[in-house]
Amino acid sequence: MAETAASGPGMPQLDVTTFSNQIFWLVVTMVVLYFVMSRVALPRIAAVLADRRGTITSDIAAAEEYKLKAQQAEDAYHKALADARAEAHRIVEAAKADIQAQLDVQIAKADAEIAAKASESERRIREIRDSAMEMVSEVSQVATKDILESFGGKADAASVSAAVAARLKAGAAS
Amino acid sequence: MEGDIVQMGAYIGAGLACLGMGGAGIGVGHVAGNYLAGALRNPSAAAGQTAFLFIGIAFAEALGIFSFLVALLLMFAV
Amino acid sequence: MDQFQVKALFGGDVSWYTPTNVTLWMALTVLAATALMVYGARGRALVPSRAQSAAEMTYGFIYKMVEDVAGRDAVRFFPYIFTLFMFVLFANLLGLVPFAFTTTSHIAVTAVLAFTVFFTVTALGFILHGTKFLKLFWVSSAPLPLRPVLALIELISYFVRPVSHSIRLAGAMMAGHAVAKVFAGFAAALGAAFFLPILAVTALYALELLVAVIQAYVFTILTCVYLKDALHPAH
Repeated sequence: MAETAASGPGMPQLDVTTFSNQIFWLVVTMVVLYFVMSRVALPRIAAVLADRRGTITSDIAAAEEYKLKAQQAEDAYHKALADARAEAHRIVEAAKADIQAQLDVQIAKADAEIAAKASESERRIREIRDSAMEMVSEVSQVATKDILESFGGKADAASVSAAVAARLKAGAAS
Repeated sequence: MEGDIVQMGAYIGAGLACLGMGGAGIGVGHVAGNYLAGALRNPSAAAGQTAFLFIGIAFAEALGIFSFLVALLLMFAV
Repeated sequence: MDQFQVKALFGGDVSWYTPTNVTLWMALTVLAATALMVYGARGRALVPSRAQSAAEMTYGFIYKMVEDVAGRDAVRFFPYIFTLFMFVLFANLLGLVPFAFTTTSHIAVTAVLAFTVFFTVTALGFILHGTKFLKLFWVSSAPLPLRPVLALIELISYFVRPVSHSIRLAGAMMAGHAVAKVFAGFAAALGAAFFLPILAVTALYALELLVAVIQAYVFTILTCVYLKDALHPAH
């Protein structure tokens, strides 16, 4: 670098004689590059990018549409399922009601039979009891008369039966 | 003899001018460090601020380049 | 420093129209950018190939940057900003090829780029907003006594913009290449321990790859920031 001090400016960057050359070629270069870029490269890339964006947008729209269709299909499926379930429910209900009705009829019939049998039984029980009561009073009168006669007393049939009836009544009441 | 003294002065001046680059280094470090501190506090906002990071670094660095230029001018042009 | 030397391709002096290595590497930059953006994206496929994907990602990256930083109405400047980005990116990357000439390491080149941006943006601000564009320097949210001082600072920083804009790019490129060359010189000087500088140069090369991309990004995003100031001057 010592010798550069002798031969003018040492830095080629500061050599003014080459400036005009550099500036001229720089201007040429920039103009050429500007036209290549702005006329050819940039519109082409912009078109490609716009094209891609358009494609992506339309693809997304199509995907959205398919999604909607799938949603509809799913809705239809759910609806069919719900319908089938309701139908099944209805059939079960109908069968249940049918069975209930039959059951009611049978129960009513059975109730009626039971009631008839019960009243019949009651009637017979009452008959038996009545006849038993009658026999009790009859036996009591005969027994009373026999007792009185065996004691030597004379028994009047009417008073005996009244007395027995009173006694039986009192016993039944107590 | 006198030219040698002038040249010596120029070289000493060039060496001193290079001290300015250290200042530029401190400045750039400040910018980058503060950016990183801010980015760690709020990482979601960091991506939008990288442009300002580079602008700040460029401004800080420009002054260091001036000192470098002064050094070069002293070395070769004076 | 001879890696930065401008030389005529076919000998002779360098006049303003001579084809030089500047011409060659700028042409290669245009070719590389065209290869990616036109040839790579030629398929126009719905599902992109690898090259087409890279072209589309570059497009989307810059488009989003313009939209986010400069606003939606800045999209009409998108081709210009995209051209700037492609040029700077490929010039930086091609400059890393061994024996290449880095066009963006020259202050003349980056200064033209930066001053074009500066004048475009300033003219745009005055055309769109007239004298209201000067409100950019009048910080109405500051206390009144401070405003003239702030206006002076804002004015200075506004005019420093193209300088820093261009020197940042040229400086970063030149510094990286100069350091790589210095380390490569060590390799020859160290003899048996030559592998140490070679390792260093390899690491430096990776860093330079990063710097090449980041500088292109920074150049573009600063253009967007300046454009935003012209489109929406109110603070």
